[in-house]
Amino acid sequence: MSASFVFPPEALSELRMKLIACVNHVPDTAAKINVGRDGKSVDTTGVNFIINPYDEFAVEACLRLKEKNGGEVIVVSVGPDTHKETLRKALAMGADRAVLLKDGGPRDSFGIAAALAEYLKDQSPDLVCFGKQSVDGDDAAVGGMTAELLGLPSISVVVALTIDGTSVRAEREIEGGKEIVSAVLPCVITAQKGLNEPRYPSLKGIMGAKNKPIEERPATVVAPRVEVVAMTKPAAKAGGKIVGTDASAVPELVRLLHEEAKVI
Amino acid sequence: MKIIVFSEQRDGILKKSSAIRAARTLADQSSGEVVALVIGVSVQAAAAAAGGYGAHRAVVVEDPRLSSVSTTGWSKAIAEASTSVGATAVFLSATSLGKDLAPRVAVRLQAGLAADCISLRLDQGAILATRPEYAGKALSSVRITTPVQIFTLRPNVFTAGPSTGATTTVQPASVTLTDADLVSRVTEVQLGSGTIDVAEADIVVTGGRGLKGPENFKMIEDLAAAVGGAVGASRAVVDAGWRPHSEQVGQTGKTVSPSLYVAVAVSGAIQHLAGMSSSKYIVAINKDKDAPIFQVADYGIVGDAFEVIPALTAEIKKLLGTN
Repeated sequence: MSASFVFPPEALSELRMKLIACVNHVPDTAAKINVGRDGKSVDTTGVNFIINPYDEFAVEACLRLKEKNGGEVIVVSVGPDTHKETLRKALAMGADRAVLLKDGGPRDSFGIAAALAEYLKDQSPDLVCFGKQSVDGDDAAVGGMTAELLGLPSISVVVALTIDGTSVRAEREIEGGKEIVSAVLPCVITAQKGLNEPRYPSLKGIMGAKNKPIEERPATVVAPRVEVVAMTKPAAKAGGKIVGTDASAVPELVRLLHEEAKVI
Repeated sequence: MKIIVFSEQRDGILKKSSAIRAARTLADQSSGEVVALVIGVSVQAAAAAAGGYGAHRAVVVEDPRLSSVSTTGWSKAIAEASTSVGATAVFLSATSLGKDLAPRVAVRLQAGLAADCISLRLDQGAILATRPEYAGKALSSVRITTPVQIFTLRPNVFTAGPSTGATTTVQPASVTLTDADLVSRVTEVQLGSGTIDVAEADIVVTGGRGLKGPENFKMIEDLAAAVGGAVGASRAVVDAGWRPHSEQVGQTGKTVSPSLYVAVAVSGAIQHLAGMSSSKYIVAINKDKDAPIFQVADYGIVGDAFEVIPALTAEIKKLLGTN
């Protein structure tokens, strides 16, 4: 069994694709969000952090391509040491190695993209995968910005992906349907739910992840382009009206919708 | 302030543009100008129609190679057209197209990007934008610090209103495209037949796990059809494979803000509430009186969806005279 720990030399000839997944470490979607004392950022006290849910689809896409074509999967994140938890999760899923572009403070999307692009430009990846958006800032910008900085094509909100040689065929979700997009490698995609079913890390994967390397590099410093002036919580809705407890309340509900709300 | 508004067209017809209207409001407060930008083939008439939403003038980038969307080519065209008219702000709608293009345009113009804005106002001559973060659990006011600034505007939040029918002058924008700029392109568009997208619908009827099985979504579809709305689904329902992901409402699905949102047998997990609580009116129907969905509902019926929904569909058909 020890052979499985040795990288077999014949596999080197199969090293076909360099696949990079960029991941973010974000508050759990189940977390309540409160504004911090500075009035312009989130109070993260007691908040559980997870791998950005869409980034799991990105990691999974890379793992499947590696399984099919051979190659290497690298996961990269920009942020403080806490991001290692998310990198470990991706390593446990099966990524080969991880890179933390270390940075202390919060960055806007361009700041993250600039740090990633600075790292990626020397890596010559075949495919760079992102989640379609990070569920903290929600601006769905880092993937496209990184691609533009690298001069690579980008396909966003991808729900199906086929790679044949260097040609890329992707389906992306649009309002009320899909677009089929063609591009060539190297390429950037951003993954939408539906692209695949991300695997759960196996126990072996979790144990193995502890021995996989997380390389640390300083993240390139760039000036912020977007400044948060203030952050607030949306106004809480006043309690509604319980119209009734069975189907006999339906006529009154319809009357309210028609006459009071005027929405039907 | 000179604002260029990338205005979407399909088959040479300008789409209703709330972004042009929003730009005009800001321009009027700052003696500014609004220039509509339309990209495609034979889009002169679409560009002229931008006058009906308040554009002072329009520019077009027409090229047979731009007959279908190319993210690389179109983002370059927007950036160069913006520079050629001397725009200080670029507006796009936060649609699937606008969200795809804006980040690349921002890098080309060395501009900050405020995405998915829900309000824009002038503050000491600069645009202050409000945008949701954490799926709407928080709202940020943001200021862009670069000379050129890019904003995407959430659809259905800014109102387009009807066109006045006015047309405006159209000129070509100076843009240089090489074949290398068109390395990615849309080769086919597949639109669902007749169904309304949950993110665009004015009325959404969402079913949750309390419906017990995919076969029971028939009554959700019937109610949605009766009100001319779209069917939505909770995450639990999508994860169970009962409904497609394109219908999912919530933090890992779509954020919606229709006039009327009807949540049927949806308990209202925090991720779901984040995606729909900005709806204008919310109706909740759930057996559990303690379900969190009632905390955001304007009207609720604490009862069995299997009895209430068919009765509701029938009552609405009676009201609308469609039975």
